Amino acid sequence: MIELIKQPWHWLAGGIMVGLTVPALLLLGNKKFGISSSLRDICAMCVPADIPFFKYDWKKKVWNLFFVAGILIGGFIANRFLQNPNDMVIAQKTQAILFQYGVKDFTGLMPADIFSWHNLFTLKGFIFFVIGGFLVGFGTRYAGGCTSGHSIMGLSNLQWPSLVATMAFMAGGFISANFLLPVIFKLIQ
Amino acid sequence: MKNIKYLVVGIFFGIVFVKAEIISWFRIQEMFQLTSFHMYGVIGTAVVVGMISVFLIKKFNIKTFSGEAITFEDKKFNKGQIIGGLIFGVGWAITGACPGPLFAQIGSGFGVVIITLLSAIAGTWVYGKVSHKIGPENE
Repeated sequence: MIELIKQPWHWLAGGIMVGLTVPALLLLGNKKFGISSSLRDICAMCVPADIPFFKYDWKKKVWNLFFVAGILIGGFIANRFLQNPNDMVIAQKTQAILFQYGVKDFTGLMPADIFSWHNLFTLKGFIFFVIGGFLVGFGTRYAGGCTSGHSIMGLSNLQWPSLVATMAFMAGGFISANFLLPVIFKLIQ
Repeated sequence: MKNIKYLVVGIFFGIVFVKAEIISWFRIQEMFQLTSFHMYGVIGTAVVVGMISVFLIKKFNIKTFSGEAITFEDKKFNKGQIIGGLIFGVGWAITGACPGPLFAQIGSGFGVVIITLLSAIAGTWVYGKVSHKIGPENE
């Protein structure tokens, strides 16, 4: 059994379990699945700076901080006790494209040649961590939600603005992955 | 202590994130290069399961475990969903993560992603700072 759990899970199993988070949070306390809100709550809690956008009772939303803390712990448990013993299987075409860009490590979930501490004070680190993270935080708040709040919770509740947002997420991602990343990789080589 | 249950759901969810490889930068590149069905399968299935759940909750007027009513709010359209959505999409392909997976990436040993998370918090803060100029409350 444990050997089976250690294998990468099929998309159907993953999708069902992610989807079940929606009723789980609703049934546990009428909570709406939406992770990017937690970033706003962290701002409201730590650095509200008299900004009206952060003046609300974040204590009422503290459940979301417990939820994201759980995600972090879950990530730790999965990596420590349930790690896939084999290398990751990546689509050959993507592997070939990324190899051309200069990515050499295809063993783990993330390319170690980008996502490691020694890149922190390099142009690579600045683009992938600092700029990338900033765009995620700024964009999700401007859009009023992320993949969980719009694409999963919003679409589950048949909200058409969430469909618009999801299409915008995908459009941004297509542009970024196919046109921007090649330039970025050229820049950092 | 009433929040512990959300921690437990989060832990379960974090394990799913890692084991279904949703947190993988490579899976996100595959999705945007259209070379693998994996992420489409995950998100599509999740939406279907979520839709059925919400439908059943509304149809049978199901209450929370403690007997509260379950409520839904409609989302209002504004241009932020397009502009902000595009900005997030660009960041999604660079970091290989939406906000949820950021936490799971840190937990699963990619400690440097804490910088990405801090920067995402900074991005949220800057949006809050300028939201009265560009956000829906300005329209």
